[in-house]
Amino acid sequence: MPLLKSMVSAAALAAALLTAAPVLAQDPGPGAYAAALTGKRVLLVPLAMGFDLAQGWAAILQREVTAFGGTFETRDPNWSTEAGAQALTEAIASDPHPDVLVVMSPDLNSFAKILKKAQDAGIYVLLIDNPANFPADAYIGSDWNRLGQLEAEAVIKGCGDASSKKIGLVQGDQVNATSLYQYEGIMKVLAEHPDFTVVAKPDSNWDATIARNVTTTMLQQNPDICGIIDFWDGDATGTSAAIRDAGLADKVFLVTTGGGEKTADCATLEDGTYGAVVMTDLARESGDMVAMIKYLLQSGQPAGTASPYIYTLLKATTKADLAPDTCWDLKALQAAAGN
Amino acid sequence: MRRINYVGWKVVNQERIVLAIAIALFVAAAVGLPGFLTAGNLVAIVRSISVLGILALGMAVVIIGRGIDLSMVAIMAMSVAWYLQLLGGGVADPWALLAVLAAVIGIGLINGFLVAYADVPAIFVTLASGSFVFGFVRSQVISQDAVPVPHGHWVEALGRMRYASIPVEVFVFAALAFAAFLFLRFTRWGRYVYFAGDNPVAARNIGIPVRPMLVLRYVISALVSFIAGLLTAASLLSINTRVVNSTLLYDIVLVTVIGGIGLSGGKGSVRNVLIGAALIGILLNAMTIIDISLLYQNLIKSTILLAAIIFDGILNPRDEQTAQQGDI
Repeated sequence: MPLLKSMVSAAALAAALLTAAPVLAQDPGPGAYAAALTGKRVLLVPLAMGFDLAQGWAAILQREVTAFGGTFETRDPNWSTEAGAQALTEAIASDPHPDVLVVMSPDLNSFAKILKKAQDAGIYVLLIDNPANFPADAYIGSDWNRLGQLEAEAVIKGCGDASSKKIGLVQGDQVNATSLYQYEGIMKVLAEHPDFTVVAKPDSNWDATIARNVTTTMLQQNPDICGIIDFWDGDATGTSAAIRDAGLADKVFLVTTGGGEKTADCATLEDGTYGAVVMTDLARESGDMVAMIKYLLQSGQPAGTASPYIYTLLKATTKADLAPDTCWDLKALQAAAGN
Repeated sequence: MRRINYVGWKVVNQERIVLAIAIALFVAAAVGLPGFLTAGNLVAIVRSISVLGILALGMAVVIIGRGIDLSMVAIMAMSVAWYLQLLGGGVADPWALLAVLAAVIGIGLINGFLVAYADVPAIFVTLASGSFVFGFVRSQVISQDAVPVPHGHWVEALGRMRYASIPVEVFVFAALAFAAFLFLRFTRWGRYVYFAGDNPVAARNIGIPVRPMLVLRYVISALVSFIAGLLTAASLLSINTRVVNSTLLYDIVLVTVIGGIGLSGGKGSVRNVLIGAALIGILLNAMTIIDISLLYQNLIKSTILLAAIIFDGILNPRDEQTAQQGDI
């Protein structure tokens, strides 16, 4: 009897196990994931679509958003703050509106009101690369103060102790957060190295021709400059042209920052145009954006609940650090994304 | 007494005021700023305004003929961007150059035709064609703002060319200024530019081919833009189409009119462009040496433009004819 009983219970257990097996295999994840993400619209509004970082973000976001069944779109304000504001306003007013806005702000304040409206309409707002005075659902990008510190440390190292210890800055402008915070970071490090002096700090307005002209003047005035920090690789081509024209390519250590694209940054480090470049890790940064998008869309939290800073790891890269995977290749990335 | 005063005022025209300001600035900078009066810095000044000056020469020819070309910066950046893109894509150089030259001349012809034969105001025609050129090339032809010069190409060699350690664009500027001077002063069509700019109707009545000449001027300004673009690319080893959004276009107008070329046409010469370019070059160089931020630089520059325009208005009052036909 006990044997029979145990046999019955064993059979019952086996039956229970057999029927339970499919239940155990039922992972709630994919269902919840699909329910939250399928058909969601993600809109990227960078300063312009015409430069390496924006095209890199777009290629990776396109691949990821399409993979989870959402739709990904971009708008190209082509460096115009007004066009950017208009694109955002139209997106918020459209029906159905996008579920996530990924926005690169042209300055600290211009988009604050529009982005607040977006959050009020239930749209999650991710600020990328350029900080702004606005509590976004996340800021994903560089800590520009830290970036400036890394640049200053690189130029101090590049100049060395035996140098004139005179450095020049080619700033961007006086409104963009990346320029202002970068400057703060540089000055913070230089305050700890009082023997180094900044002999000139003109603005390039992010324009290579202006960068060339102001650097030419800077080098005329201070031929013994040992290093220059240019605030963006987009206009550092002008700065490097001025250094080359002055015949000082071997004497002036040029530091800049960029998106880490192969032709823009690694090729120029390789040929000695730049001494060091503080690069953005594009794959990591875009990965953070994707993770935040997936998290927010599943969280159920109202837009504007929290505003964390997701800083991308920064590194000052020199020629000695170059490895085959140091930079990313825009052409290869776009080919892989099929656009 | 009044009469003598009046004659005295006429001697003080805008050109002379600007020249005086430029000389005063130069002397002040030479005395006050260490390193200003060195050969290297003087070359840097001339070089910094060479491309701007070349563009201003093209603009001057158009403005003297009572027109304006707001498409110059777009043509300059986009033609060279397209050229470099073709080269990067493996198109043989002569064909690429021919195709781009044809397009540049084509845009000049369209500008001129719409102004001369369709009677659309130049300011609208060139504003629209500039936007079209930018939009078309940016969206259909190139994928990035910046297009690099291929390694080993003659544009790269052009950028390295020096004579007595003076960059090549300075010589191109000088040569074009001389050519424009010869054209405006000594050729029949050059003189006609003044007649057409001063009074188009009268010029037409005496048998000057006003309309074909108008078309020619826009073709000249388009070609000049292409040359300026090539020199920019040669110096920076790439062309960045973002320059279309910059204040360069206003700087061209500034250099052109500040030296005394009236927007109402028929007045001025190459000398005025050179004076305007000298003032802007000295001013920008001095402000950069003093390390004035770009915001204030733009403020100072625009204040000077405004002052020059006000002076122009006072010294060269609108006459009955301009009142009837309007500026530009």
